[in-house]
Amino acid sequence: MTEAEILEGSLTAPPRLNGELVFEAPWQSRAFGVTADLVESGCFSWEDFRIRLIVAIDAWESTDVTERQSWDYYTCWVSALEQMLSDSTLLDSTELDGRAVAYADRPHGHDH
Amino acid sequence: MSSGTDHHQQIDSRSPEVRTEALEDLLVEKGIVDRSRVDALIDRFENDLGPMVGARLVAKAWISSEFRERLLADADEVLATEDIQGAEMEHIEVKANEPGVHNVVVCTLCSCYPWALLGLPPNWYKSPEYRARVVREPRKVLSEMGLSLDAETEVRVWDSSSETRFLVLPEQPEGTGHLGLEELAHLVTRDSMIGVTKAQAP
Repeated sequence: MTEAEILEGSLTAPPRLNGELVFEAPWQSRAFGVTADLVESGCFSWEDFRIRLIVAIDAWESTDVTERQSWDYYTCWVSALEQMLSDSTLLDSTELDGRAVAYADRPHGHDH
Repeated sequence: MSSGTDHHQQIDSRSPEVRTEALEDLLVEKGIVDRSRVDALIDRFENDLGPMVGARLVAKAWISSEFRERLLADADEVLATEDIQGAEMEHIEVKANEPGVHNVVVCTLCSCYPWALLGLPPNWYKSPEYRARVVREPRKVLSEMGLSLDAETEVRVWDSSSETRFLVLPEQPEGTGHLGLEELAHLVTRDSMIGVTKAQAP
């Protein structure tokens, strides 16, 4: 996807109604909700998280257009959350990798 | 190789969906995150917070010039008085559109947004192109989004940050002076409070 196509895509048909869905997929709402819960229970602040979100977004924007995946805000969000969890020693990245690999390996129909 | 092998290749352990499920489960198992609290937070952001909160403030400001002055002078004080949920999390400034001046809001670095007044931001607000382009060429972006401003109108672009979130107070549509609070609030769209459209005519 070229820069021009990205520009065309989201600005020519911006959602104009108030009633738009807040989340486009359940995992996006879980990622948001988990982050909000961690903030509410004092594990870190929104500002701590925001700093990492800016880094994650910047990393996508700095990657060559031919190398990067199409833009997805919540992918950046999850990446920032992983960094936050690792930095705050709440969750070790190796442990998370292990669980993610295990989940990815589940046969279809056994993923709930 | 088992017969199920071909199913395995569909899912990538690096996909954000898998990562999210894995990290939530681990945090729950460790007792750091509570699933019912997460459910409640999601429900609140999906259903209780939203542009209707900001729209009522705008409508009130249209009706009462005294309220309007207070809102423009010290929005935080007004939000505290109005008992708006979540408002304590953010410092908010309200920027009024008026003849010759149009305000539009962006967060160039990420997605800062007045959650307490508008809920969570729409996708286009978070997009790299809106964040970059509305600063560089605000008139062009606004016109692509359906808002044409005459050349004499000054466009002020407000870059949100963790310290300050902005809400645009759109101009009251002509011929609506007789309407009540609820009817006026219906004219105030989310996008008009970000500054990419005007308030709707009735």
